[in-house]
Amino acid sequence: MKMITVAGPPSSGKTSVILRLAGSIKLKIGVVKFDCLTSFDKARYDDAGIPVQVGLSGKFCPDHFFVNNVEGGVSWGLRQDLDVLITESAGLCNRCSPHITGITSVCVVDSLSGVHTPRKIGPMLKFADIVVVTKGDIVSQAEREVFAWSVKQANGSAQILSVNGITGQGAFMLGKKVLEARDITSIEDTRLRFTTPAAACAYCTGETRIGEAYQMGMMRKMEFDG
Amino acid sequence: MIDFDVIIGARTLESVFAEYPVARDFFLNLNLPPLDEKKPLAEALFDATDDWLLEFGLTRAEIPELFAEFLRTMTATQAARRVGSLTILGGRDKDGAPENIELRVEAGTVISIVGPTGSGKSRLLADIECLAQGDTPTGRRILIDDASIDEEERFRLEGKIVAQLSQNMNFVMDLTVAEFLEMHARSRAVGAAESGDASELINLCFECANSLAGEKFTLDTKVTQLSGGQSRALMIADCAYMSRSAIVLIDEIENAGVDRREAIALLAQSEKIVLISTHDPLLALGADKRVVIKNGGIFKILETSPEEKRSLGEIEKIDRLLYNARRTLREGGRIDNVGDI
Repeated sequence: MKMITVAGPPSSGKTSVILRLAGSIKLKIGVVKFDCLTSFDKARYDDAGIPVQVGLSGKFCPDHFFVNNVEGGVSWGLRQDLDVLITESAGLCNRCSPHITGITSVCVVDSLSGVHTPRKIGPMLKFADIVVVTKGDIVSQAEREVFAWSVKQANGSAQILSVNGITGQGAFMLGKKVLEARDITSIEDTRLRFTTPAAACAYCTGETRIGEAYQMGMMRKMEFDG
Repeated sequence: MIDFDVIIGARTLESVFAEYPVARDFFLNLNLPPLDEKKPLAEALFDATDDWLLEFGLTRAEIPELFAEFLRTMTATQAARRVGSLTILGGRDKDGAPENIELRVEAGTVISIVGPTGSGKSRLLADIECLAQGDTPTGRRILIDDASIDEEERFRLEGKIVAQLSQNMNFVMDLTVAEFLEMHARSRAVGAAESGDASELINLCFECANSLAGEKFTLDTKVTQLSGGQSRALMIADCAYMSRSAIVLIDEIENAGVDRREAIALLAQSEKIVLISTHDPLLALGADKRVVIKNGGIFKILETSPEEKRSLGEIEKIDRLLYNARRTLREGGRIDNVGDI
């Protein structure tokens, strides 16, 4: 089974890209969708006949939740006899990345999100093997070029692909890359490409009150001028 | 090939920045506190705190390597590939019937693509965009300079060799025309020398866009506030002067308040290969050749004949008449007699 990690900001078009990808390669694809509170994408995968599992992190850090559950996802994929397992997750604080060494990683970004976005997203884009740019058909050629340049700035080695989530244009190039992905039977002992956020503070355990008195554990304080 | 490892090792940051303005972005992207630019990078890095390095998961030894890698990428990204010719080798139509064609298009040539809505014009443009190698539904193959393209080259060229213009495209950046053009110029500049030429290029682009647009705009107009025609004009001028892509695919730019023929001529002049999918007789006949699409396949390739060139003159007159009628109405006039406008 091949495995791909797909990450990207909310509403960047991850699900559409995965659906288009599934349509362009003749392989059995399954998806594990990691989200925080709600996910509306299950129905879209069901409609397309793609087996899907949804994991909601709820009150847990979504990135830690991902790491704790991704192996279970791999076992599920093997039991389902998938050719390709895709994990889909939103890098919610733009600090994290679900990318794993040795596993083909994709970051989906939306050209409407602003030309500097790729430089702000962080490890999710920086450590991706492939950066998929969506919605490029509705912005000017110049903005597409500046956007690609901005991606290069953040991740010089990534392959940049433009995919239209509506028509599917470009998805088949992504499919070619997916077919090159390594076959795996387990991801035990592999490593994340970037650390997850370090935090173990009162707010991690459900504290909601604001004030010095309630702040405990690992934290960082801002320094304000003047 | 420039050896950036050597440059970074030997020279002060200041001199690297002077030669490669884009180099500053590397430090901005990493949110690095200001370094002493009078020193070479490795030395300057001793001022950075370990905390900061840890945050980005970096070590002091790694940064110069990453910096060199960054400069290599940013300079290589800019290298344009020249394209002398594009060849379309026929595949098959929707029913699987072979197209049996071979169309070779040289730089500076304009080809129009005509056919009923839904016949497959956009599919042909899509095949060219992805440099199809017999692996798209049409089975067409695209050659560049008479050679097929291997997978690696194809991925490397993705997004670099083909520029697109369509009616659906909009500007989304919150910038003025001047800022927008500067930004695009900056993204394609390799070294300081090229950045210096930018202002000339920006002016050229701006003036050209204004001459193509029906209504004039200024350098401090926001790009998002341009009218449809003005946006199109700016996109075309930008494509002609700034974009490095050698092939331009145009999907429907009619009725846009732009001098369409002038626009296409401009792109052809800049030694680009231009393919326009269109229903507009002016554009269809203004091209050197036109490809007729039927049932998903290339049905015919017609060379524009001298007779057609004459007909084009007649059609232009009608077009001008319509243009003047539109202007008269807009200005509050009456059209009592068509001969008067």
